[in-house]
Amino acid sequence: MPYTADKPERPPTGEELRARIPGWGADLDPKDRPAVPRERFDPGASGAHWDFPERQEEKWPRERSIEHKILPPVFGTSCPPKGISGPLRQFAYRRYSEGRAAHWLLLIVADRVDAWESHLRSFLTLRPDNPVTESGVLSEFSRHGISSRFGRRRTDVKHQWMDPVIVGGPWVLAGGAAVAVLRAVRRRRRA
Amino acid sequence: MRAMVYRGPYKVRVEEKDVPPIEHPNDAIVRVTLAAICGSDLHLYHGMMPDTRVGMTFGHEFIGVVEQVGPSVRNLQPGDRVMVPFNIYCGSCYFCARGLYSNCHNVNPNATAVGGIYGYSHTCGGYDGGQAEYVRVPFADVGPSLIPDWMDDEDALLLTDALPTGYFGAQLGDISEGDTVVVFGAGPVGLFAAKSAWFMGAGRVIVIDHLEYRLEKARTFAHAETYNFTEYDDIVVHLKKATGYLGADVAIDAVGAEADGNFLQHVLAAKIKLQGGSPVALNWAIDSVRKGGTVSVMGAYGPIFSAVKFGDALNKGLTLRMNQCPVKRQWPRLFEHIRNGYLKPSDIVTHRIPLEHIAEGYHMFSAKLDNCIKPVIVPGAG
Repeated sequence: MPYTADKPERPPTGEELRARIPGWGADLDPKDRPAVPRERFDPGASGAHWDFPERQEEKWPRERSIEHKILPPVFGTSCPPKGISGPLRQFAYRRYSEGRAAHWLLLIVADRVDAWESHLRSFLTLRPDNPVTESGVLSEFSRHGISSRFGRRRTDVKHQWMDPVIVGGPWVLAGGAAVAVLRAVRRRRRA
Repeated sequence: MRAMVYRGPYKVRVEEKDVPPIEHPNDAIVRVTLAAICGSDLHLYHGMMPDTRVGMTFGHEFIGVVEQVGPSVRNLQPGDRVMVPFNIYCGSCYFCARGLYSNCHNVNPNATAVGGIYGYSHTCGGYDGGQAEYVRVPFADVGPSLIPDWMDDEDALLLTDALPTGYFGAQLGDISEGDTVVVFGAGPVGLFAAKSAWFMGAGRVIVIDHLEYRLEKARTFAHAETYNFTEYDDIVVHLKKATGYLGADVAIDAVGAEADGNFLQHVLAAKIKLQGGSPVALNWAIDSVRKGGTVSVMGAYGPIFSAVKFGDALNKGLTLRMNQCPVKRQWPRLFEHIRNGYLKPSDIVTHRIPLEHIAEGYHMFSAKLDNCIKPVIVPGAG
């Protein structure tokens, strides 16, 4: 008990554990642990043969955190800002530091806007978004969707019902809105 | 080339994309031979990570063959089989010079608080990832390593993130001989953390989860004592009882942002996105570790605030240690452990899925169907 000086339980000895568990104690000495000490000044260890890397070409004004003094020399070029979400993202980067909740919440909003404008744009292509194939939901049949979930005391089952609502709900709402608009147009024409 | 593409929360598909070009003299283009879906990919898939753009290719766990190198690359040539750490890093900035490769300052314009990660949103640099046939690998002289001839491809794949991250988590715990270590989460990283805790001399390793098939794996693969938190009214009280009311010496959060166990916390984080993560496992770690103990965190959290029980951590005098794993620092020692037969990383792989079927793979992994622990993606198959 912690109410006296000794540890409540004595663990098995090293010999017992070594016999039972492969590799027990191999890194017992912290000197053998590669992340100890956490900081180890050794600029030559990484294989870098530059003091500062050459700069990658900036093909469009790259959004960057205002906590950076300069544009770092290397960066990803996936998915440049586009549509309505693009200026939203650029504003979040230009105006707010990483320390401000507004920075991250604006980026989350831009993500949702991006998803919706991308879905709408996809309907102008030969490959429109398909929530059935893209959500992978058909694996419910091939990967034991029912027996994997029920009778197993899984706590995530309590909220998994929300997932189809998150994925399908906006589609249902959008479909309903489209039908309502069509009906309204038809009614006006008749009138 | 064929590549996985994000289409919005809970939706991905495979599309035709251009093969990535060399964009910097020290770039390499790698033809991916194996990739994996990581538990942290699910945070992107669920739309939790800010600045995750439609059209991005995910995937930060991959191995492959060098297809092309930039003019300043010295250490690699076309045809080399390489394993690529999930960290993108320059090797020369203030942080890299001190071994903090996961905190590189030269690869991520979008944020200073995180380094560069393949296929992990623009918050982590805006790089496309390896769930594709080809991927751009920056700083080819720094990150990738040749896969040793004796190493299996799937073992090499798991060395790009899951195994070193788990091993790193155990190191962050600063484990001493005989310590009681409790690991929250029996996913790939938690399994490897539990296994690694023994290497560092733990006297007792306990793993907590709610998925019985994963706890079974923790017992067989990681020799751990396990508890299913759904069987207890309060897992913290149970852990106190199980440790003679002292608490564990070290607690490891190997769950991160989508922890279950508290409905409100989970929904606020994973569904409504008003927290950077659901800190259920982290709060359990703080509350179940003994006073003066250490909490290690390598489960991934987003950058927005989370409702962490910081007062308990303060009042208990805890040491909180955390980081993204600097993968390449761990490799030499892990290579030795694998070669010595102390662990076989690929023992945790449960599914091998053709790239073309990746949408089903994401759903299966996300919904925890078919006893899935670790799905591997095979480009060009199926």
